[in-house]
Amino acid sequence: MHRTAKRLALASLPLAMIFATPALSQSLTVGLTSEPTAVDPHFHNLGPNNSLRMHIFEGLTQADENQQNVASLASDWEAIDETTWRFNLREGVTFSDGTPFDATDVVYTICRVPTVENSPSSFTSFVAGISGVTIEDPHTIVFETNGPVPLLPTNLASVGIISAESFGGEGVVYGQGGCENLGTPPQAADFNDPAKAIGTGPYKLESYVRGDAIVLSRNENYWDGTPTWEEVTLRPIANEGARVAALLSGDVDVIESPPVQDFDRLRRDGFEIAQGLSNRVIYLHLDNHSEDGHVPPGVTGTDGKNPFTDVRVREAISKAIDRQAIAARIMGTLAVPAGDLLPYPMFGTREDTPVDPYDPEASRALLAEAGYPNGFGLVLSAPNDRYMNDEKVAQAVAQMLARIGITTTVDAMTASTFFSRRNNFEYGMWLAGWGAATGEISSPLIALVATRNPDTGMGSTNRQRYSNPEIDALIKEAIATVDDDAREALLQEAATMAMADYATIPLHFEVTPWAYRPGLAVTPRADQYTLAMEVEPAS
Amino acid sequence: MLVYLIRRIGQSLLVIAVMAFLVFLAVYAVGDPVAILANPEANQAELDAIAARLGLDRPIWEQFGIFVWNALQGDLGTSFVYSESALKVIIERLPATMELAFVALLLSILIGVPLGVIAGLKPDSLVGRSIMSTSILGFSLPNFWIGLMLILLFAVELRWLPASGRGETVEVLGVHLSMFTWNGLSHLLLPAITLALYKSSLVIRIAQAGTREVMLQDYVRFARAKGLSSRRIVFVHVLKNMLIPVVTVLGLELGSMIAFAVVTETVFSYPGMGKLLIDSINRLDRPIVVAYLMLTVFIFVIINLVVDLLYAAIDPRVRLSEAKG
Repeated sequence: MHRTAKRLALASLPLAMIFATPALSQSLTVGLTSEPTAVDPHFHNLGPNNSLRMHIFEGLTQADENQQNVASLASDWEAIDETTWRFNLREGVTFSDGTPFDATDVVYTICRVPTVENSPSSFTSFVAGISGVTIEDPHTIVFETNGPVPLLPTNLASVGIISAESFGGEGVVYGQGGCENLGTPPQAADFNDPAKAIGTGPYKLESYVRGDAIVLSRNENYWDGTPTWEEVTLRPIANEGARVAALLSGDVDVIESPPVQDFDRLRRDGFEIAQGLSNRVIYLHLDNHSEDGHVPPGVTGTDGKNPFTDVRVREAISKAIDRQAIAARIMGTLAVPAGDLLPYPMFGTREDTPVDPYDPEASRALLAEAGYPNGFGLVLSAPNDRYMNDEKVAQAVAQMLARIGITTTVDAMTASTFFSRRNNFEYGMWLAGWGAATGEISSPLIALVATRNPDTGMGSTNRQRYSNPEIDALIKEAIATVDDDAREALLQEAATMAMADYATIPLHFEVTPWAYRPGLAVTPRADQYTLAMEVEPAS
Repeated sequence: MLVYLIRRIGQSLLVIAVMAFLVFLAVYAVGDPVAILANPEANQAELDAIAARLGLDRPIWEQFGIFVWNALQGDLGTSFVYSESALKVIIERLPATMELAFVALLLSILIGVPLGVIAGLKPDSLVGRSIMSTSILGFSLPNFWIGLMLILLFAVELRWLPASGRGETVEVLGVHLSMFTWNGLSHLLLPAITLALYKSSLVIRIAQAGTREVMLQDYVRFARAKGLSSRRIVFVHVLKNMLIPVVTVLGLELGSMIAFAVVTETVFSYPGMGKLLIDSINRLDRPIVVAYLMLTVFIFVIINLVVDLLYAAIDPRVRLSEAKG
């Protein structure tokens, strides 16, 4: 009842406006590949959730379309020393319910993040380094950290600021022992109610029907100009055929990830396609476990040795792969051959990083030199529903390896099984992907290359158990260096060494496509998010 | 009768218990939810924390014990992904699926019965033969293909109907239904036709066979001899009698339509229970999958129990033989 009444009121007011401009240009409907699992900005650290979050809740900083960290609710910030940061908050910002935003909301948010119950993937790591918060004045806040955290401004981009007042947390203080007077912080389900999902973002929540649609409406109080769309509808359409059909039939205006085989059809019907290089590298990992007598699972014909601990074998595999052919023939323009773990010009990458050349002759020579003139047998494992054409790429790699004498069979399976088995060290060689959420090469270096150490969190996805103390030392130094230039130099050095040692074999960077109706312009984002803020009527 | 009743209920409980065990084990065997739920950047400590939060760090028999204990109190677990009661998340989707099944059922009766009767009355005519051979198509064409073709034709080419999703809903007795708005109905139509096509072929075949059989009965012959109009014979005597098997079969089919409209709901991105099941399997949201299957088992067991009891009430031979054996 209440909602209907509001709709009616809304509808009767701007009648003149509706007649003046066609209704189509005021509302936007987006077909998403997967649905956000909650509106709560701190519940589930997952692409679709973070993408929705950016519409409603803003962070102190934000990642722009190239994942450069830029100002948002903080107008600027500086590192006072290695462990102290001062953020100046933007003045005159109000939440969508009209209450003003100030430093108390920041403290409240940081205190609330660790209290989310049953979070399947927590945001705690983004605020974990913070050991003290001081409010200098309502628009100046100072953070102290345990040890240097150079990525603090980047981390804070992932933490959407919520309103302390809506949850009765105005009295919150960050004292000696941590958060005090937090009151009863909200739980995830609370945010599904539009009255509670109060942020400073350009859009506010209108309704949330799980499985069907999330409707957002323009935040008229937005501090950075009037948002383009009066109403934005986000609809999960998981099946790619159904998604394309929804676009073709005019049900939706923009869709994520149209399948490459439909590009011609879409263009022929006048639809447009935007493509952008993503932060995701598709790579091969090889079981590097060096324990005596360890033979990687699936590897045969090596006389009980592990061939992958020999850098010549790793190089032979890399040089046996024709990356140009994979990008051109299998990925159909949706891939760029990779010679690094993150595309240039993201932080820590090098300009003109060479892509390892396709050279089967050299590969065969390297294999012979390493003591495998007749090659060996291998099983290449891959997911078949996680990355673009993942299984086909694995098949192509297997055929290319067969040409240098490494008889390879592909074992492809659904993602949920694939990752569980990978985490149990059940593969000898596998294909997977890594997206650098921070937009910095430290992310793939820490996850894929650094020596596994559950205590420090290094090498969390380094299930190949590669270990190189020199690279570890460089990474460790880099992530404790607050000075950006010095850190970038260290990271570049670490990446150069990792690539020279074939610590991970990169195949290509994914290119993300969007398809949309004529009359729109979509700005591709490297983090693959689809934001209503990046969709404008074409002029 | 009482002995029979107690024995039947006992059997039903046994079925539920065995299914609970099998379902839980089967779902447990598939993958590791933490690997899917966690952000890829999570380190080991965070992964362990997630496992502990979701109770996945306990041994399987302990997890099963907790599940059974909670289930006995009506709590089928908390969704990993939504952090809400699994049963609540499923029930939320129930009206959408029920509505779809209901409209599909209605369509299959409206299409199937008249065509079946016509084919049954004139089995050797061209009309009768073509109806019967067309119904074979309805049987053999896969559901998802029909759905995609309907989308292509009516949504993409003709643009008469929307391609996916659920339309506007209105609240009727506290339940959100889309059947009563034009927008909602237009969204409902294509998926309902997709579901109904198979069912109406089934109805055509049963109705045709039933009509042919009834037409040969003595009472039809007598009615004809009495000089009743053929219209009255068909609409009163034939229709009434051939509907019995149709109703029986459709009753059973309704159950499967509610529980397993998975393919249709996926093709049309229709937010019903079937799509929830698929999404939950992909996300390894074990509590939802287990609760969904348990709910389905429960529904089917209840239907079977009721049917068995009805048989016993109708046919004394059943309860006599059961009481002895």
